[in-house]
Amino acid sequence: MGSRASSLLREEDIEEIKKETGFSHSQITRLYSRFHSLDKGENGALSREDFQRIPELAINPLGDRIINAFFPEGEDQVNFRGFMRTLAHFRPVEDNEKNKDPSSGEPLNSRNNKLLFAFRLYDLDRDDKISRDELLQVLRMMVGVNISDEQLGSIADRTIQEADTNGDMSISFSEFIKVLEKVDVEQKMSIRFLH
Amino acid sequence: MTARTRFCGGLLRISRALRTVALSLVTGCVFSVHASFGAVHGDNDTSHSSGHGTHTKTHNTTYPATRAFPVLTVNYDHVRKPFEISLWILLASLMKLGFHYIPRVSSVVPESCVLIVVGLLVGGLIRLLGETLPVLDTQLFFLCLLPPIILDAGYFLPTRPFTENLGTILVFAVVGTVWNSFFIGVVLYGVCQIEREQLAAVDLLACLLFGSIASAVDPVAVLAVFEEIHINELLHILVFGESLLNDAVTVVLYHLFEEFASEGQVTVVDACLGMVCFFVVAFGGILVGTVFGLVAAVTSRFTAHSRVIEPLFVFLYSYMAYLSAEVFHLSGIMALIACGVVMRPYVEANISHKSYTTVKNVLKMWSSVSETLIFIFLGVSTVAGPHSWNWAFVIITIFLCLISRVMGVVGLTFIINKFRMVKLTGKDQFIVAYGGLRGAIAFSLAFLLPSDHFPMKNMFLTAIITLIFFTVFVQGMTIRPLVDLLAVKKKKQTKFTINEEIHSQFINHMLSGIENVCGHYGHHHWRDKLSRFNKYYVKKWLIAGERSQEPQLISFYNKLELKQALLVAESGSAANIGPGLSSAALLSAQSQKQRTVMKNISKEREEEIRKILRANLQKTRQRLHSYNRHTLVLEEEDEWSTVQLRRQRVELEKRMTHYLTVSASGWDSPPVRRARFQSDSQEYMAKPSAPVSIPAINMELVSAPPGSLALLEEVTDQAQQSQDEGCGMHANSHEEKSMKPNVTFALELEKQKLSRCLSDPGPNKIEVEAEEKEHFLS
Repeated sequence: MGSRASSLLREEDIEEIKKETGFSHSQITRLYSRFHSLDKGENGALSREDFQRIPELAINPLGDRIINAFFPEGEDQVNFRGFMRTLAHFRPVEDNEKNKDPSSGEPLNSRNNKLLFAFRLYDLDRDDKISRDELLQVLRMMVGVNISDEQLGSIADRTIQEADTNGDMSISFSEFIKVLEKVDVEQKMSIRFLH
Repeated sequence: MTARTRFCGGLLRISRALRTVALSLVTGCVFSVHASFGAVHGDNDTSHSSGHGTHTKTHNTTYPATRAFPVLTVNYDHVRKPFEISLWILLASLMKLGFHYIPRVSSVVPESCVLIVVGLLVGGLIRLLGETLPVLDTQLFFLCLLPPIILDAGYFLPTRPFTENLGTILVFAVVGTVWNSFFIGVVLYGVCQIEREQLAAVDLLACLLFGSIASAVDPVAVLAVFEEIHINELLHILVFGESLLNDAVTVVLYHLFEEFASEGQVTVVDACLGMVCFFVVAFGGILVGTVFGLVAAVTSRFTAHSRVIEPLFVFLYSYMAYLSAEVFHLSGIMALIACGVVMRPYVEANISHKSYTTVKNVLKMWSSVSETLIFIFLGVSTVAGPHSWNWAFVIITIFLCLISRVMGVVGLTFIINKFRMVKLTGKDQFIVAYGGLRGAIAFSLAFLLPSDHFPMKNMFLTAIITLIFFTVFVQGMTIRPLVDLLAVKKKKQTKFTINEEIHSQFINHMLSGIENVCGHYGHHHWRDKLSRFNKYYVKKWLIAGERSQEPQLISFYNKLELKQALLVAESGSAANIGPGLSSAALLSAQSQKQRTVMKNISKEREEEIRKILRANLQKTRQRLHSYNRHTLVLEEEDEWSTVQLRRQRVELEKRMTHYLTVSASGWDSPPVRRARFQSDSQEYMAKPSAPVSIPAINMELVSAPPGSLALLEEVTDQAQQSQDEGCGMHANSHEEKSMKPNVTFALELEKQKLSRCLSDPGPNKIEVEAEEKEHFLS
């Protein structure tokens, strides 16, 4: 099964993905076999149902949002390139990468891009602001059904109040970055993809 | 002028401290001198002290017949042991006090060094007086002095960084220690062979044994030094975790080599058995600790009626775990740590707030005293111990220890970094290597060596003591300037903000999800699984009453948390909301005020909201701000309790209004109401006084319905009274304002009372409601 899966992936593709995302060859093949195992319809792309079939993801409070993050705007299918592009955000930051040429643009797994990914999970309507409602939604999902709305609202208000520096009652991306400056995002938002 | 007064003041303080010290020393010495004289007198004194009432014949004959009635007698032997122990502890504590009055010293020299020096001085003093010196008795050390420190460390172990770095810590502890032992042992043996004259008698096994003793990083010394330099969490947990976990290795190696040295023959089978022994020791210790921890958690479930002895269970079970592990020569330290770590979340959910504070403070106090005593005794034992100085041996030992430590750390880091996400930099490695301090455990182990098998025991002892002194003094003193010089990251000072908490949890969830997508069973996955297992299966058994069924109580609790937070904010902003507002309006008004009073975020409110989040966000992470023994986390006990009282008052008012309005309007549908409260009372019937971490204040519930009715009457009576008294409470509604009870009730107690009154099936049912209605509506 594994060899059959990897044979569907061409060398040029692997090279391109490697350049774009920074994954190693073995990591890409391993993730491709995972992609393949998720892809029940065998059409080379994943749909939302494929993701929802993953058991733990259903229990995850942010499950739906995470699934949505894989799909580009308005599409219902994600191919392997898109899959890898999303996963590239979670590659650990390596020190030697800082020396690579800056002209290729910021790598997908930089601190900024990691935070941007997280920000996009909050900000569903893509207006580059986390409004109070969006925050409330997320809080509600994480906390469960036990807490009253007014309580949650108060927490949300407090959160925005803490972060908001320009007084627009919502958290912009720069405010988001600032609030998390003490958090070790590089480590928290990294997954060790085994070689 | 001011400099002069400051100088005089400092001098005065120092002289005062020294005076007290000298006084205690002199008293101690005088008494011990007297004691020795008393011992010399032998028979008479012992028979005299062994029983005041019983006069034996011989005793009678030795005393002259005409002897005036002794008005004042001195009998020191009687109390000698406890007296000396207390005196030592007093001395240790006074040292700790005095240490902080000498400002220059405390910033340069770590406390452990000063204490050793004091020990040396005291030892010298005692020797001058010609007394027998108390040596650091191994029994005393391992059974009395070490457990409190380890328990303190284990109970307050920051589990998250520990588990995240567990692999690294284990590699350092196990592989590093083994490497150290063998390297030191073998090279030392080589040196001894070369240096034929004095050291030829030292054979390989003895050297290996010495190596195993000398290689163990000591938790006490590490704690003492690292607590003061405030390096970042990662390095702290690496070195400290290593020092804790290498106990298993040390125990195994020590016993292994001791066995072999006495037998003189080593086979391959023995070596394999040694490795098996290691696993048995380590996992056995952890198992024993876990079992005792779980038993402690179960016990704490039932302590609702005897809150006063709750801390005792924590201590006793932990100590029993340690002792039980020691019985089987398993690793007592690991048992103790496992017990503390396992016990903690459940016990804390069960015991009262006051008991929790007691546990924390007693642990810190005890471990502090223990540590001080250990260092002082080290100093004294140095003066006392039979020494056999051998320049070559000692210098080579120190040299080898340093080299092997550095090599071990660098080599292992090279391997570990391949598996770590956040690599250890060179600076980190240096600190880890430099922070490998030796301490009293090494000394005690050396002391334990039987002299018959090890004729060179004195030499070993001297070498170990020198090693300890070197690491504690030289490395301990220089590590602080080195940390500053190398600009190693220090511990982050600020507390987490609400944002950080929420976003961190958010990121955790996100990471779990992504890990699931990748099919990667990583750290987050297992942590999720563990917390879910914990939630569904374990908590039911180990947490008493309602706390295990989280939804209802938590929501109630948090509702009040919020109300209390609002109240605190209100009182803080000094504006009184009028009585006409409903609670929702109050909230919106409050939030408006929040926006204007933006920067004044009171500490208590932060704590409130943080507590809500911590309790509810589905991954409960215990984040400790510090477990630094020297600076306890400020708990703000007093404000907390007054705030709690206020909260309960509000709660009571709220419930009163609720039932008021319900009973007034919903009179036509009593069965519905009763049915709802019936379900409430079902739970609460079974466990009348369920523990919540609010300090439970005292009204005991009478179980019979008429009794509860009486209580209810009492409540309403007092409510009426207080109305007359007119206490100033911020109230949310008109009805609430009309009854401001002056008494405070425990939360669930109150809930039960009212629910029982209203839902109790029985003959007085109708009267209850009628009575109540009458009271309320009148």
